[in-house]
Amino acid sequence: MNEAPALQIDWGGLAPMIIVFVAAFLGLLVEAVVPKGKRLVVQVSLAVAALAGSFAAVAVLLNDDTNTTAFSIEGVRLGSVVLDGPGLFLQGTIAVLSVIAILLLAERRTVKGGDFVAEAAVVADSAADKAQSREPGATEIFPLTLFAVGGMMMFVTAGDLLTMFVALEMLSLPLYLLCGLAKRRRLISQEAALKYFLLGAFASAFYVYGMAMLYGFAGTVDLAGINQAGISSDEPRMLLYIGVAMIAVAMLFKAAAVPFHMWTPDVYTGAPTPVTALMAGCVKVAAFGGLLRVFNVGLSSSAWDWHLILTVIAVATMIGGAIFAVTQRNIKRLLAYSSIANAGYLLVGVIALGDAVGSTMFYLAAYGFTVIAAFAVVSLVRDGDEEATHLARWAGLGKKSPGTAVVFTILMLALAGLPFTSGFSAKFSLFAAALQADELGLVIVGVVSSAILAFPYLRVVVLLWLNEPAPDAPTVNLPSPMAGTVVAAGVAATLILGFAPGFLLDIVDQASTFLGT
Amino acid sequence: MDISYAPAEGLLTFTWALIALPALGAAILLLAGRRADKWGHWLGTGTIAAAFALALGLFGSLAGLDDKSAKLDLFTIISVGDLKIDASLLFDPLSAVFCLLITGVGFLIHVYAIGYMSHDAGRRKFFAYFNLFAAAMLVLVLGGNYFMTFIGWEGVGVASYLLIAFWQLKPAAATAGKKAFLANRVADVGFLLAMFTMLGTLGTVDFAGVFNGAESLSTGTSLAIGLLLLAAACGKSGQWPFQTWLPDAMEGPTPVSALIHAATMVTAGVYLIARSNVIFSLNADVQTAVVVVGALTLLFGSIVGCAKDDIKRVLAWSTVSQIGYMFLAVGLGGGAFALGIIHLLAHGFFKAGLFLGSGSVMHAMNDQTDIRRFGSLWRKMPWTYATFAAGWLAIIGLFPFSGFFTKDPIIAAAFAREGWQGWVVGGAALLGAALTAFYMTRLFVLTFHGPKRWTEDVHPHESPAIMTGPLVLLGIGSLAAGGLMASPVTEWLTPVFGEHEEAHGHLTHMQVTIATTAVVVLGAVLAWLLFRRGTDEVPRAAAWPVRVARADLGGEAVNRGVFERPSRLAASASVAMDGRVVDGLVNGLSAAIGGTSRRLLALQTGFVRSYALSILSGAVIVVAALMVVVIQ
Repeated sequence: MNEAPALQIDWGGLAPMIIVFVAAFLGLLVEAVVPKGKRLVVQVSLAVAALAGSFAAVAVLLNDDTNTTAFSIEGVRLGSVVLDGPGLFLQGTIAVLSVIAILLLAERRTVKGGDFVAEAAVVADSAADKAQSREPGATEIFPLTLFAVGGMMMFVTAGDLLTMFVALEMLSLPLYLLCGLAKRRRLISQEAALKYFLLGAFASAFYVYGMAMLYGFAGTVDLAGINQAGISSDEPRMLLYIGVAMIAVAMLFKAAAVPFHMWTPDVYTGAPTPVTALMAGCVKVAAFGGLLRVFNVGLSSSAWDWHLILTVIAVATMIGGAIFAVTQRNIKRLLAYSSIANAGYLLVGVIALGDAVGSTMFYLAAYGFTVIAAFAVVSLVRDGDEEATHLARWAGLGKKSPGTAVVFTILMLALAGLPFTSGFSAKFSLFAAALQADELGLVIVGVVSSAILAFPYLRVVVLLWLNEPAPDAPTVNLPSPMAGTVVAAGVAATLILGFAPGFLLDIVDQASTFLGT
Repeated sequence: MDISYAPAEGLLTFTWALIALPALGAAILLLAGRRADKWGHWLGTGTIAAAFALALGLFGSLAGLDDKSAKLDLFTIISVGDLKIDASLLFDPLSAVFCLLITGVGFLIHVYAIGYMSHDAGRRKFFAYFNLFAAAMLVLVLGGNYFMTFIGWEGVGVASYLLIAFWQLKPAAATAGKKAFLANRVADVGFLLAMFTMLGTLGTVDFAGVFNGAESLSTGTSLAIGLLLLAAACGKSGQWPFQTWLPDAMEGPTPVSALIHAATMVTAGVYLIARSNVIFSLNADVQTAVVVVGALTLLFGSIVGCAKDDIKRVLAWSTVSQIGYMFLAVGLGGGAFALGIIHLLAHGFFKAGLFLGSGSVMHAMNDQTDIRRFGSLWRKMPWTYATFAAGWLAIIGLFPFSGFFTKDPIIAAAFAREGWQGWVVGGAALLGAALTAFYMTRLFVLTFHGPKRWTEDVHPHESPAIMTGPLVLLGIGSLAAGGLMASPVTEWLTPVFGEHEEAHGHLTHMQVTIATTAVVVLGAVLAWLLFRRGTDEVPRAAAWPVRVARADLGGEAVNRGVFERPSRLAASASVAMDGRVVDGLVNGLSAAIGGTSRRLLALQTGFVRSYALSILSGAVIVVAALMVVVIQ
């Protein structure tokens, strides 16, 4: 009997993910053994330490110019986990952004007990629910978040469709749960969770179906193999087209592109704001990391076939997101639609393929910082215990809380893409890269869309500074050390990447080549 | 043609300090907070004075150079793939005269503002924004590539937004600030698209790279770049069809109107076209477009100016009209480029002087701006009167004052255009000169002469020396600048625009001069006869031409009818929230988008089933589209 060939595993390369997953399991143990009063401190320090360690591991790998796969058999690389420049850079981005998001999740000063419910199983609005309303929130959210973050890290390095699917489910399931854990307006939160779950499951079905089709066409689920088959396979090409379409639908759902975006405003509004920040910042990075890899590595040989439809979707997303945003009265919905429009700009980067990988990654990092900080500010402006999400309530905030208003103005200007903010440098380098790939039409649509989108942002700024506050205007609860740190970090990154984007642009430039292209 | 810029040497390596000085002033004033209230205005003025001294020094060094240019690369801003954009500064004859104008006239206006804003609690913040504006404007004119120019372009937009809305408690000021910002955003889109087109076709936004490569561009591309730059310039300079924001911007403090909306920022469009003269000279269609915009705007502005009763608005419309002359000049191309710049410099002096003079009048009249309630002020405020008279003589262009040397050649050059266009454009410019003489004389006579028509509680008095001092200097500049500058500046600008050729066309220069002088005198005398006995204290029903002109020649009405009213039906909720009736093309357009938005948002039902249906139909479309591509 032959001995099975030995599987070689690059443990060092897997370290960023292993650290996060181990910490997640430890977090579950903490729930079981640490007394209730101390859990928060332990969980937060564990999660932050794990993500910092994970980031350090990524930095070492990126510095060593690691360009390999984690698994191989007798020197032959297996594609399941690919440790190349884009994968590692996006893992690092996810680690940094999720540290910030975790701090926001841990905020307990803004309002007593924080934003999360203590016992999610208690029926909403029942007597028992009222009784637990002043209790501190559940700390299970931290291991849940770590599982989701681990899933995202796996998603951006997955080199075959099967691993990618496992990662997709791993990042999605904890998020569905997290969406339903708000302490206030619980029914809306639960509705958001259910909607997200149902539609997510629907999208997953598309993914699995598409994967089956592509396997039928290529005889493999490996992305590089699929690309090869796109040139040489004798199977009917119909299989390829249906497969590409189905996979694209599932991934565009996660990325919130029009017309697969409809869950976004409802879920962003219903979910607890820290979770929304996590979704808008980190999940966006993961979803586009996956899209970049699938289209660059797996489908570049069939680019001519999907170019038209993806262009149509990008245009619809850019224009749609901007137009929808114009009439929003709720700050969370405004940010949700703006995230849809931004998905459109990022799609331009995906369509432009190789030339634009670096700038797309830069955009993801820059946008992530800004949007998380924006949601953090949203979580600070309160009517009593509830967030004041209606924009009319923000009128005149500049008079009552000038510091908060200045910060939010900077973030709005960054989202509107004014120079000296990360929004401008990101948009500029992305569109410039797209032009090098001869996508002039898309760039024109992008510039027009961002001009439309500047209007709702500007209206918020005008509202903040030039309107009179209502007598019962909302309060800004300070000091909130955790949320304050989040806001400070986000604004600092927004300004640094606006004034001196050079260093990060150099890094993404170095790290912009996928293994296998 | 091969254009190259020599690297900076000696004193010229300190060009960056021109920008750094006011920027530093702004930073200190904003960071120091209330502590700086006592001395903030002196610091703000001091940084501009230092910048002016430095600009003089740099000017001297540049004059000593053979190739008359100095390029300074500071650091790399963006480096993606083949694309590399440096933060580079270019000091050449064109940017040199702009630097002198911005820092020189800017300094005088700063000094004036010390007095004008002395009772305002926010004076320190005002000077901080003022310094910020100067820094941004200097970035705009010193930028060594389109990207740097764009950064300054955006910077002056933000600073002017802050300064217009400075009196935040005045709702009109807040609305005007918003309107200016939105109009500028539209202009920015034009600028950005022009830059992207350059990147897409030439792979660079460097001045030298673009100008040297411009000849290889296809006609369509150079037309596109030219028109996009023209759109950007029109938005910034308040040219047709973007003219409405500029008069509204007069809601800001008067020194702001003088510095930003008369002397410097609004001339940025002229700078952009003059700087891009290589591109504009390539394509006759683009040049025609610039000429049409210029001629149309100069008439539009001067007609509306005749019907306005607000001293600052008359001056604002006059600015619109005078910038029209500059556009006309730079659109004519060739030797007329330099004429546009000279008129711009002379205009910087006399219009700043006129605005500051109007501020002095407002100061005396309890911040009233209605010229129907002025009259006979010349006894009470002799200094203001004398300096305003200097500005008035300069703008209407009587020999031997500024306008004569700067406006007449533009009119002559317009007549020199070939064929029937020469008659039309030249005629428009000549008519504009007559109208200018009419409305400026009307303004002058109603303000300073005739019977008193004051409201009861005003006690006019001359302004303090810190305000009249700058007025006197600007007055002297108004009278003399044109005559002194006309020929040396033309020569100085030769390295940028090429040799100046005397225009020869339908009429000789002498004929044009005689005709212009005749119509100017006619316009002025007519206004004198009509208004020397004063005017009604309230507007009375007037014949339709006056009514149309009072209503900004229907510009606002068109905006309202075409854009606002239909969309307001759809967007009534938006207006209700805004709490203000918004007007203007930009706001109307956004309201139209708002209506579309609301209609489309009806799809967002909240039901999971319809969301799933949306995903499913999207999937069907994706599959179908892929099939279509395949079948083809």
